[in-house]
Amino acid sequence: MKLFKAGAAAAVAVVLSLTATACGGGSGSAGDGGTAGGGKDKIVIGIKFDQPGLGLKTPDGKFAGFDVDVATYVAKELGYQPDQIEFKQAVSAERENLIANGDVKLVVATYTINDKRKAKVDFAGPYFLAHQDLLVRADDNSITKAEDLNKKKLCSVTGSTSAQNVKTKLAPEADLREYPGYSECLTGLENKAVDALTTDGSILAGYAAQEKNKGKFKLAGLKLSDEPYGIGLKKGDKELQTKVNAALKKMVEDGSWQKAVDANFGPAGYQAEPAPQITEGS
Amino acid sequence: MFDFLTSGQYDVLGAFWVTVQLTLYSAAGSLIWGLMLAGMRVSPVPLMRSFGTAYVNIVRNTPLTLLILGCSLGLDQTLGITLAGGDSKEIGFRLAILGLVAYTGTFVCEALRSGINTVPVGQAEAARALGLSFFQVLTLIVLPQAFRAVIAPLTNVLIALTKNTTVAATIGVAEAALLMKEMLENEADALFAVFGVFALGFVLLTLPTGLLLGQVAKRVAVKR
Repeated sequence: MKLFKAGAAAAVAVVLSLTATACGGGSGSAGDGGTAGGGKDKIVIGIKFDQPGLGLKTPDGKFAGFDVDVATYVAKELGYQPDQIEFKQAVSAERENLIANGDVKLVVATYTINDKRKAKVDFAGPYFLAHQDLLVRADDNSITKAEDLNKKKLCSVTGSTSAQNVKTKLAPEADLREYPGYSECLTGLENKAVDALTTDGSILAGYAAQEKNKGKFKLAGLKLSDEPYGIGLKKGDKELQTKVNAALKKMVEDGSWQKAVDANFGPAGYQAEPAPQITEGS
Repeated sequence: MFDFLTSGQYDVLGAFWVTVQLTLYSAAGSLIWGLMLAGMRVSPVPLMRSFGTAYVNIVRNTPLTLLILGCSLGLDQTLGITLAGGDSKEIGFRLAILGLVAYTGTFVCEALRSGINTVPVGQAEAARALGLSFFQVLTLIVLPQAFRAVIAPLTNVLIALTKNTTVAATIGVAEAALLMKEMLENEADALFAVFGVFALGFVLLTLPTGLLLGQVAKRVAVKR
């Protein structure tokens, strides 16, 4: 009986706390609505939270990276100040749904433009041209072309386009290991359990430039594929697409684009491509 | 909508075959390991009893992802223990089985122990009175009766194991869940169809198991 009472008390406590948080959430969003009523509303932009150099949520709750800089610039052109931007995490598999459901207005998250994705969302841009590349240990010079990979141990992220490229096109005989994130691969690379980590060069540069990894790794500098990054937005929203394209164009012309590239990729010695031509929506 | 199935780009059956293999090897392994653990937990030697109890309580309450990732990152990547040679694919497969056996063995052990409790004490006492050793009492008298009582719970463990094999995708074993991730990356326009195919695949794997072993459980159960 005692046990039953304790259980009931616990259940009541849980229900109460749930309703309490629900209330909290409710009043919170009402507060947001209030500020919106005051004349200013927010724009929600999806970025990656876990990619140094591109989109990273820092321990103090701020956001840093090239994607973040682009998103901030575009938002400014659309009439939103930096404090009106709400960044939301957009993991790769969820990007289309976030846009289609209207959870985010834009997705700026290493989002490669391709036809399958265009069936569900529209893109603006591209704003950056990345290539699949390899990260190797700083003293390793044995990989100079894609064929060299066939005798190597590789690491990439489970199911990612880069991993699939290796399996189907680049080096089908390579010994490929797949992990949920790049950090696990870095452990293996450092311990010589794998020889190279492969994904877009821009992402790899971010890892190589991290304070704790300085001097340990380097980019092989191979251009194994073309990955034009676009800004994802709701399908059929031509008006927004045109505006975002115009913002990207302006960003390149006034030099902010180059500045963002230098600031985010410079430390890793990554040779970024010049700004790509805008191809979407014209 | 389902054109990704016929495009020839994805080997869905092959991926599910790896899932089946993972399940079968792990099931065999965890049955053996679970039996040993159950033997330890009911043995008269205090050291073995406490080891069994400690192992079951610790491993059972550790997330499976942690165990399997620990096998791969800890044993392979950091310590260089690869469980015989081969390429990453085979190493990952074996390490995944190791993790699954370590984890599922605890559930098999507890199911068996509950079965042992269904065997009347008189059976063991009578066996001991005949002069049988502990090992003989366990293997000849108690376990055969215990097993027949726990077919149904063991079926649940087997079904859970089948689904748990998807965790092996975290260390890159090319089974169903990994293929699903690849397809989600590519087939942005058919998310629900992809999910549906894999959900159906797992239903097709587990439903017959449940039905078949349910019948077996009914047939062999000891009516007391």
